[in-house]
Amino acid sequence: MRSLPAMVLFAVTTFIIFRFGLDRTALSGSLASGVIWTTLLFAAVLGINRIFLPEREEGGFDAFRLAPVDRPVLFAAKAAVLFLYLVVLEAIVVPVFAVFFLPEWSGLLPLAVILLATNIGFAALGTLISSMAVNSRARDLLVPLLLLPLVVPLMIAATGATAPLLDAGGPSFDKFGTWLLVLGLYDGVFCLVGYAVFDFLLED
Amino acid sequence: MSGRGLKQLSILTALVLLAGFVLIFFWVPMDADQGFKQKIFYLHVPLAVVALGGFMAGGVEGFRHLRSDDRRHDANSYVFIHLSVIFGVATLITGMLWAKASWGHFWVWDEPTLVSFLIVFLLYCTYYPFRYAIEDRDRQARYASVFAITAGAFVPLNFMAVRMAESLIHPRVFATSSGGLPGSMLFTFLVCLAGMALLWVTLVKLELLGKETSGQVSKLRRALEAEGFGGDAEPSGTVGRRIAPNLESQ
Repeated sequence: MRSLPAMVLFAVTTFIIFRFGLDRTALSGSLASGVIWTTLLFAAVLGINRIFLPEREEGGFDAFRLAPVDRPVLFAAKAAVLFLYLVVLEAIVVPVFAVFFLPEWSGLLPLAVILLATNIGFAALGTLISSMAVNSRARDLLVPLLLLPLVVPLMIAATGATAPLLDAGGPSFDKFGTWLLVLGLYDGVFCLVGYAVFDFLLED
Repeated sequence: MSGRGLKQLSILTALVLLAGFVLIFFWVPMDADQGFKQKIFYLHVPLAVVALGGFMAGGVEGFRHLRSDDRRHDANSYVFIHLSVIFGVATLITGMLWAKASWGHFWVWDEPTLVSFLIVFLLYCTYYPFRYAIEDRDRQARYASVFAITAGAFVPLNFMAVRMAESLIHPRVFATSSGGLPGSMLFTFLVCLAGMALLWVTLVKLELLGKETSGQVSKLRRALEAEGFGGDAEPSGTVGRRIAPNLESQ
């Protein structure tokens, strides 16, 4: 929970950097969608880096192994927490983005659906990668290294669905359903994979 | 022993690959559209297919390692992925040459197969630093298997997502509306694919044999040292031993 304010600050600062990096005061279409998703992704990586830190530093893994619960429960719990973090992050950061850059706000409501669907994938993959990296040296280095290629398809679908929503002339739903389907499939597969293999990451 | 039949397999590989090259250069007709440069297809596509197949097979071996806790499967998984990464480099290079020759650019972003292959390749490149960062041997093997499974599931999903995002200009040789590949080209392609797959299997066996041998050597050396011989032997931290799974305990 401690990393959440840092994630928000990071995201808002990144918007300012994009403002000058792109030299635009208003964004729309694919540019807007690229800026918002890049920012959210990197802010999420900050949080994902740290979700298993208390377990590692304060012996939570050992305590958990002693507890009479199934191990995948920890995966589900951590993924749910990460999902909530991301929802809170987006609830703050996306309105800020809209105030900063968007001339037209009507696309934000359908965007929320895409945000939620992408968060599930982020949460599943992030929990899996973080639990793999936390027991290694070079933890901070490995999380982005492993996570970024894995979320490329997620980003493709999310930006693909978001770009028409943020079009300057009002939102359009070009391929919206298709992308949502891709997101759903991706979420489903990696929730299952994470749930299935998590057992082996805790074993010692 | 992985070494059994290695010699025959090598000879067979060389013969099939040679036959493939003979077919490419002397038998199969020129492509009507692209001419001579289309012939790199018989090298590029088999390399890509074998590399991707190897990645997925690495995932299957990872799964079997987790199920059985047998180190041999982890070694297989490592060697599969290792060789597929090498084949992946070759695929990217031949693909870029072909792209330069027929589209005029080394890299074409609108082209889904190239992009998804690059993403998959980059993902599997992180397999090495990941393995290297985990010190405990058992944990390393288990975590690497989890990686192999996750990445194996990722390969088809990634291809699907990237393909949906882009327009279609990659030569879709097998399933075009115009009817696909003529018989002679298909035959040549299949011979080349078989040759490439055999090359991959041979190299896998060779590398596994190397690992097995070095595992046995260090086992014998330790036994000798325990008996009081040696002692001045080379510092046994040979390069690569820390990330590569070894088979000493077998």
